[in-house]
Parts: sequence; C-alpha cells; structure tokens
Amino acid sequence: MLNSEVLQKIKNKFPDISIEETPNALIISKSAFLDVAHFLKDEMTFENCHCVTAVDRKDKMELVYHLYSTPNHFMLTLKTIVPLDDLTVESISGLWRSADWLEREVFDLFGIKFLNHPDLRRIMNPDNWTDFPLRKDFKRADFIPRPQSQGLNK
Amino acid sequence: MAINEKIPGERIIEKFPGGEIILAKSEDLMKWAKGSSLWPLTFGLSCCAIEMMATGASHFDIDRIGSGVFRGSPRQCDVMIVAGTICVKMGDCLKKLYEQMPEPKYVIAMGNCAIGGGIFYYDTYSVVKGTETLGVPVDVYVAGCPPRPENLLHGIMKLQEKIKNAKQRSPSKNKE
Repeated sequence: MLNSEVLQKIKNKFPDISIEETPNALIISKSAFLDVAHFLKDEMTFENCHCVTAVDRKDKMELVYHLYSTPNHFMLTLKTIVPLDDLTVESISGLWRSADWLEREVFDLFGIKFLNHPDLRRIMNPDNWTDFPLRKDFKRADFIPRPQSQGLNK
Repeated sequence: MAINEKIPGERIIEKFPGGEIILAKSEDLMKWAKGSSLWPLTFGLSCCAIEMMATGASHFDIDRIGSGVFRGSPRQCDVMIVAGTICVKMGDCLKKLYEQMPEPKYVIAMGNCAIGGGIFYYDTYSVVKGTETLGVPVDVYVAGCPPRPENLLHGIMKLQEKIKNAKQRSPSKNKE
C-alpha cells in the first residue's frame, strides 16, 4: 500500500483528522484518539507500537506515537495535542502491550497521565520525585544549565 | 627468607646477617601488607568499567600489584573503584556499599564522572556530580574519560604510597 492510500483510507473513516506533510503524521483530537487507535490496530494491521514520546511546546504538550504495519511495511506517526490544564489522555496499553512501559516513561519525564493504564508509576527516576525533568520549565537547585557560548568575537 | 633489593618492602625491612631473620616495625609491616593486597570491589558503573576490566586482564595485569582479586561482596573489600557515571538512584547503592565495607577502606574515583560529573555536569537531572557529593571520602582521583589502564594502575600505586606513608589512621575517616 502506498503512503497516500493508507492516509486516504484513514481520512475517509475519520474526516476531522488533519494530516501533517513534513514529517508525515496524523494529528488527532484527544476525544477521537482511542477510536482511531482501535481502527488502526484492528482494520489497518498496525500491530506494532514501538515508540511513545512527547514534545513540550510550552503552550501545549504534543504526544507522538509511532506505529508499524509489518504486512504493508509502513510506519505511521500519530500526534495528539494535550492542553496544559488537562494533562490526561486515554492509555493505549490495552491495544498494544508495548505501550505500557513507553507510557510510563512519558509519565515519568513529562507528567502526562494516562487514563486506564494498568500500572502508572515512574519507570526510571526515583519514586519520591515530584517534578518532571524533560519539561521546558524544569528547575532544580542542583540542575546547572550549560552556559551559552560567547562565540569567537567576545 | 631471601630479601630481594627490588621488593617494595625493601626500605622498611632491615637485613640481618645470615638472612634468616628480618627486623621491621610491626606497623610498617602491617601497612606494607595492607597496601600490597588491596582487594577491589567489582563496581563498574559505565564505560570506565571496561577499562577497569582491561586492567584486570592479562595484558595490563593488575595482579602484579596485588589488586587483582575483584570481590563481589563489599564485606571482603579494601578499595572501592568507582568506575563510571553515578546516577541518582545508584548513589544510594554506592553509599550503602561503602558503609558495608570493613575498615580500613579506601575509595578511588576513576574517571571524570566519578570525580565531578564529567560530561554530565551541565543539563542533567539524573547524574550525581562527583563521589564526594554523596559524602563518600575519596582517596585517589584518576582523571580521564575514560582513564587508560595505566592510569588506573598508577592510581592504585598512589594509594599504596598513601597507605605506606600514612600516620596512624583514625578508625573512620567519616568522623574526622
């Protein structure tokens, strides 16, 4: 299946999805996210979820999922926008078991809560931490930012 | 016991005519024994551990200075070679292992990360900036990223020197 065919098929089923050209990604609203995920898993043969991560855009959080379809040799990027005042999203670990730890990692580093996750704990950092290190506004007394280079002129 | 001029204890042992008796201060003999059998704790944390393993292998041969007996338990060790980056979670383990070691105990901070955070000094939230920030006293710093096996051997020899020239050691350096 070609790139455009896959995207067209998804677009036909969910008309309010917007498609980002570079990088090739689908942008889904938070409310429709679980329906789209179900559709991709059950009908579009995307049986592998190998990356879940997030991007802190300062005014919003962007969740990024990478799915792979082995029969079609096709990789798909899903994006969901999560507003800062409601950092929750439905967990997809019921669909893809691999998303379990990946979502825990996103929770650990960005503080996004996954609803209906089987075991949402910190995965790598100490359990008593209350802040989230990969957020742009992360600050701590022993966190030393790298000094900016003065360049060759100064 | 034939005494070779080139052995490390040469300076602390008096040759006695006839060659069957040696005379030395017991304290000096103890220090010589302590320094010549520094058993390290197997405590490799990252890439410096690879250099530490190379030091233990036959090419560099840490055994010839008596430190080849890497132990798996802190209770059998004399020196902890902190070989690598200390993460925040590993910091607690490091302190616990250090406390479990019997006196006299020594610490070698191997590599820039163990000395002061190294390349992880800036912009990191998860790396401890040096062994001493954990409250574990360090005897010898071996600089490098990672240090070559020769550097580690030199560090151990410096520690031997420190032990041999030490005044009466207090039971725990932590209390000083």
